[in-house]
Amino acid sequence: MIIRPYGSTYAFFTPTVPHMHFLTVVFTDYTLRTVALGAALLGVVSGVLGCFAVLRRQALLGDAMSHAALPGIAVAFWLTGQRDPLVLLIGATVAAWLAALLILGITRASRVKEDSALAMTLAVFFGFGLVLLSALQKHPNAAQAGLKTFLFGQAAALVERDLAVMALLGVPALLCVALLWKQFKLLSFDPEYAASLGMPTGFLSVLLTTLMVLAIAIGLQAVGVVLMSAMLVAPAAAARQWTNRLSAMVLLAATFGAGAGVAGALISATARGVSTGPAVVLCLTAITLVSLLLAPERGLLWSAWRRRQAMAIPE
Amino acid sequence: MSPEIEVQLIAVIVAAACALPGVFLVLRRMAMLSDAISHTVLLGIVLAYFVSGALGSPLLFVGAVAMGVITVALIELVGGAGLVREDAAIGIVFPALFSIAVILISRYAGNVHLDVDSVLLGELIFAPFDRVTLAGLDVPRALLIGVSTLAINLALLGLFYKELKLTSFDPGLAAALGFTPTLVHYGLMTMVSVTAVGAFDAVGSILVIALMVGPPAAAYLLTDRLPVMLLLSVLIGAASAIAGYWVAYWLDVSVGGAMATMTGVAFGLALLFAPGRGLVAGAARRQRQRWEFAQQMLALHLLNHEGAAEANEECSLRHLSSDLRWRADFAQEVVRRAERDGLVRREGPVLTLTERGRQAAREASLR
Repeated sequence: MIIRPYGSTYAFFTPTVPHMHFLTVVFTDYTLRTVALGAALLGVVSGVLGCFAVLRRQALLGDAMSHAALPGIAVAFWLTGQRDPLVLLIGATVAAWLAALLILGITRASRVKEDSALAMTLAVFFGFGLVLLSALQKHPNAAQAGLKTFLFGQAAALVERDLAVMALLGVPALLCVALLWKQFKLLSFDPEYAASLGMPTGFLSVLLTTLMVLAIAIGLQAVGVVLMSAMLVAPAAAARQWTNRLSAMVLLAATFGAGAGVAGALISATARGVSTGPAVVLCLTAITLVSLLLAPERGLLWSAWRRRQAMAIPE
Repeated sequence: MSPEIEVQLIAVIVAAACALPGVFLVLRRMAMLSDAISHTVLLGIVLAYFVSGALGSPLLFVGAVAMGVITVALIELVGGAGLVREDAAIGIVFPALFSIAVILISRYAGNVHLDVDSVLLGELIFAPFDRVTLAGLDVPRALLIGVSTLAINLALLGLFYKELKLTSFDPGLAAALGFTPTLVHYGLMTMVSVTAVGAFDAVGSILVIALMVGPPAAAYLLTDRLPVMLLLSVLIGAASAIAGYWVAYWLDVSVGGAMATMTGVAFGLALLFAPGRGLVAGAARRQRQRWEFAQQMLALHLLNHEGAAEANEECSLRHLSSDLRWRADFAQEVVRRAERDGLVRREGPVLTLTERGRQAAREASLR
């Protein structure tokens, strides 16, 4: 049996770019440019929205929502019979959004804690998605494999049309953050104060979650369900180490996300058998590790060095 | 045994094996660790495969379990430094390990039966085809693994029940009494890893999460006692497994997916209908309290004006609407209920308190 982790699309690149220089490749290879652009766009959107998720202690909500998108994809395909990325993304968005509401509802209405609600919603939605997918297999033009690559992510197969859809969802999300910057900031740091000022905190909170769902919908196609949580959490966690200001954190996270996106696309284009999603995630992990160790004031090495300095003061 | 019976037996045993450690994950608010562990065991399997060179090697099992525990340790290392919160640490660590596994497989394990899809999704329905002979008995391998996992979990639970209970509910007291919460924690994590590895072979890692968290979360709504919660979790898990099997059989869909869906249905039922704590019971209680409160208000109102000059005017049904700001039909219903409960009597248009109603009003005014 041949292994097909996330499809065998990494083979896409091996014949075209054996030993070319990175930059030459970026500017000449159409496929690679599309992939790098897509990964960078995803990195920016998920980096920005991940900051709010991490600050609002919803780091794992993204993971649950990305798994929960599966039944939405299946239903969208079932209803329309199309594999158009926009249609499937809308399905994914609706399902992930429902899951988020359900998680919130369960924790509010019962004594079940958030972690249980997250894990259960994730697994149950995903299981239900599997049920729908297996039912779809009997559909005449099922192309179930196509849906599966959607599910496991396949950045290497991105085409211009996918990029357009990603931009169509991602750019308005970023604009929304820019317009409601003050509100989102206050909501993330002091929701009670925000409510006392008369801000519609419930609405804003749902809106922010919706934007996060959009970021996830964009990411599903590129990096897949499992790795999406890292796309949201890692840039934000890394950026947090370098600054105490939200604006700087968001900009840094977007930069980290975009940088890792491009780097991951390049690595997967030049190294054999490295698909884009895992490559991007490992780049992000490296950035996070460096940040945790080296960041001034907060980093582990920094604080170890400071402790040493403090000890060295003569008595 | 027919394959149908075998599949159901495997499903029930795996569900029971998952429910036992799941109870403690839910109680300790660590349910998302099951998500992390069930994904990263893939890396353990891959690494152990490189060391042993064979897919049938028991080293794969050991490697996978070890990687589950290492995952938890890494999460605590990243989270424990205080730079990121624990949930963010989970979100960083397990995708990284999973990515390494995916890359290793696609680069170095070229033609091996290590399919990421099948690890994530599993397919219970094929379990009866993979058979082993044990002491002259021809059984499915998944059944053997499931029974072993369940036996290990039961044994560990029996041995360390007291420790698990105390460290789950009162870690501070446990530490003060000389238990080591860290040791118990890692023991539990080993138990979760063993279970995840044993189960995901048959049912896939996502279903492992559903079986570990769903039934205990449902049981959590039904009882306050740990032994009852353990028992209920096992029963709910087994029932979801069988129901899932038959739903999948009738609709001809994925068995694992249907079982996961059924754990969700079971939780939904518990959420709605749990005695005392369910949404339906809550709504009924609020409704009852609403009428009780209205009757108390009525009794207090009548007691206030009893024997006064304006009593005849104040104590008419018509007057309640304006005085207590009740809608006419609501006032009528309150009076009807109060009459039924023997709190008031109707004398023409005038309402008077009975002795019991007077008693109720005095009690309400003292509260």
